[in-house]
Amino acid sequence: MLDRNQIAQRIAQELQDGWYVNLGIGIPTLVANYIPDGIHVEFQSENGLLGMGPFPFEGEEDADLINAGKQTVTMQKGGSIFDSSMSFAMIRGQHVQLTVLGAMEVSDSGDIANWKIPGKMVKGMGGAMDLVASADNIIVAMSHTNRKGQSKLLRQCSLPLTGVKCVKKVVTNMAVLDITPNGFQLLERAPGVSVQEIQAATEGRLIIEGDVPEMQF
Amino acid sequence: MNKLVKDAKEGLAGVKDGMTLMLGGFGLCGIPENCISALVEEGVKDLTCISNNAGVDDFGIGLMLQKRQVKKMISSYVGENDEFERQMLSGELEVDLIPQGSLAERCRAGGAGIPAFFTPAGYGTEVAIGKEVRYFDGKPHILESALHADYALVKAWKGDRYGNIIFKGTARNFNPVMAMAGKITVVEVEEIVEPGELDPNFIHIPGVFVQRIFQGKGYEKRIEQRTTRPKA
Repeated sequence: MLDRNQIAQRIAQELQDGWYVNLGIGIPTLVANYIPDGIHVEFQSENGLLGMGPFPFEGEEDADLINAGKQTVTMQKGGSIFDSSMSFAMIRGQHVQLTVLGAMEVSDSGDIANWKIPGKMVKGMGGAMDLVASADNIIVAMSHTNRKGQSKLLRQCSLPLTGVKCVKKVVTNMAVLDITPNGFQLLERAPGVSVQEIQAATEGRLIIEGDVPEMQF
Repeated sequence: MNKLVKDAKEGLAGVKDGMTLMLGGFGLCGIPENCISALVEEGVKDLTCISNNAGVDDFGIGLMLQKRQVKKMISSYVGENDEFERQMLSGELEVDLIPQGSLAERCRAGGAGIPAFFTPAGYGTEVAIGKEVRYFDGKPHILESALHADYALVKAWKGDRYGNIIFKGTARNFNPVMAMAGKITVVEVEEIVEPGELDPNFIHIPGVFVQRIFQGKGYEKRIEQRTTRPKA
């Protein structure tokens, strides 16, 4: 099974030179640590910056420079700052090539639920609904099962939806899967994880064709 | 043309119980600290506050929540605040959660004279309940309406007495779109400069959108998540 960092590392392999990328909070944020050599991508933070850099050195934090997780960050050379409406114009207008976000549930038709658990305190959707409704290329980073061991890859989401038919790919601690018209297509297994184990942990329709290779790092 | 007022109290003259306010900021970044303090001091209540977030327990809009001045919040994300949660769960506080991009665009539309627009955000979710759906290029969209405010409270970096303002870093966020959408827009700045000092090419919001401006004081600029890396 992969840990959080390895999930991020596997997703980073999807990055292509010249892409603008929006990373959600949690595992997605870690993707920035694994950009493949020779590739230049720009990170977009929905509170209004492009060209987001690493955390500042201690003592150099700037209260006026934060990311969407409200963490202090820095800017890369060539970065830019803009207001919230322009930020979502970028997102809605499909000028950002990849969105990576976490989820509580994903369905085999690409629906995603990641903002609300009925009966629990609702904090809000933030920018997630705008992102999933518009982005062309959405990768979900999450654990394959929840804390109770139940599958998070479902035939249908049980939680309130964030968006419908929008997720393209899911990378979990067990597998890489594409969303196809016929369900989750198993592309790769985590090292040491069998197809049977993935099948057992997947409630939604799972398509297995031929030998499924292990992920390469 | 002189929009300069003395302080937040003078800037907020005319704010009454039951009004709708917009407050700029993302988290605690770029919030109108002086105006919030003045609202708490004045004690106006039953306010509808349009703001991306609701502050933390002891800062930002959290200070107004402590004094039960807010009747309704219109926001995209409202975590990090115990008193908020308590008031929301007890039904004292009404909360309208809307997608962040829709919130920004609804403010922009309000200031730009566009009464409503279609967006894909929220289609197929509970956000879409009761909203008109139309297909454009084969894709479903929902109708969202413009937001307006009696007062928009904006935090900027520098400004002049004509109301021209510029922002610094990600403290810009919702401030420009809210500046456009207030019937009365009150801007607090860290520095008032003479007209002409700001290069017209680099003014973020022209003074036409601003009714009152003042030099703020004592900015705390609290950091919500202080994240750093060690020096190599």
